[in-house]
Amino acid sequence: MRVLRFDSVQRTAHWANATLFAILMLTALPLYFASIERLVGRHVLIAEIHVWAGVALPIPVLVSLIGPWGARMRQDVRRINRWTEEELRWVLSFGRGHRLMFDKFNPGQKLNAIFVAASIVIMLGTGSILKWFNLFPVSWRTGATFVHDVMTWVIFFAVLGHIALALSHPASLRSMLRGWVTEDWAEQHAPRWLEELGKTGLTQRDPRSDPDTAR
Amino acid sequence: MSEPGGQVAVGRRVFLGLIGLGAAGVVLGAGAQQKIGRVLGSGLASLLPGGDRFQIYSVSDSFPSISPDSYRLSVSGLVERPVTLTLADLEAMPSVSLVRTFQCVTGWRVPGVHWQGVRLGDVLDAVEVKPTAVALAFDSYDGVDTESLTLDQARLPDVIIAYSMLGGPIASEHGGPVRLYVAPMFGYKSLKWLSAIRVVDTVEPGYWEQNGYPANGWLDGSTSPRA
Repeated sequence: MRVLRFDSVQRTAHWANATLFAILMLTALPLYFASIERLVGRHVLIAEIHVWAGVALPIPVLVSLIGPWGARMRQDVRRINRWTEEELRWVLSFGRGHRLMFDKFNPGQKLNAIFVAASIVIMLGTGSILKWFNLFPVSWRTGATFVHDVMTWVIFFAVLGHIALALSHPASLRSMLRGWVTEDWAEQHAPRWLEELGKTGLTQRDPRSDPDTAR
Repeated sequence: MSEPGGQVAVGRRVFLGLIGLGAAGVVLGAGAQQKIGRVLGSGLASLLPGGDRFQIYSVSDSFPSISPDSYRLSVSGLVERPVTLTLADLEAMPSVSLVRTFQCVTGWRVPGVHWQGVRLGDVLDAVEVKPTAVALAFDSYDGVDTESLTLDQARLPDVIIAYSMLGGPIASEHGGPVRLYVAPMFGYKSLKWLSAIRVVDTVEPGYWEQNGYPANGWLDGSTSPRA
């Protein structure tokens, strides 16, 4: 039995967001490292691409949240926001301690989502100060450079970790590509979510009634 | 702290907390960075993320590569004696040394950068500027970048034609073998790969000025032509 984990709106938003992150990270390399800049040149074009990909960065998440198509996205954002005391204890003990009844997302996945959302705001904010610098005092520009640089490093490691985890968990990766997970998977990795679905009797447990998973 | 059902709004708190941290970094980061630089020394601090480091800008597709032997600087325009100077000619002139913080208009800065070169004013004296002259136009070997200074600005004692930076010959990504260093202004005024100085009767806006940067980019934020 298949269970819908991400609808097409969420998957589109995820991959659009991932594409923008990839463009930003690739164009950041020559902007950050003179040795790479020497190899690729075209500084002005690369800087321009970086800036406009940055300006577009919040669009996928925002568009997926608003409007009638965003119900599932909004529901998941609420899930990511609300933590039980157990989840909090679990993450504070770095995943050791007692066995946790996982929600649709485990606390690590929730933290990743929160971090990505905050990075979008921070990178867009500091990037705007660097781009439209004449609106801000020089010390803010220096501070914005500092924050933008530090966050760049954190984001690189977070994204590489995210990709490594996705590749080592094919069932999770497939749910971001095709939408569904098996009921067995959900029972093992997200039992609280599965239980919730059972209680509310959502039809989406049956893939044939859901256009997203019927293919 | 708890919400109904023993749930806590951790997401919102962490999200807003991270953004708050980012905002604090913008407002206080300049000071924090300076302290880190003082404690670790600029060399070590430059290896850290967000540390003091040059960001390399080039406005053309690649760094021009000019050997020190083939380097030529032409000085022409409204002058009595136009000249073409070699690197050796420049090195033979009286030199000045400066140690300054290199400050980009977009915010990044590198403290304690050592410079050596020839006062631009000395070169102007040697070629004898005509009375009708008002400003200088600078060209770069990259074929794209240009800059301008008024004659008064050009004669400031800390405006130099630099052939040494960071204690050695200027690396090609820093604009070597010879670049302009306009110490009292933001970095974009210090044109890299200097190829020509033309003495002219009007201020010709340079590459960055045509892209919206002020012609008079004083480090204190003033944009008046005062020298």
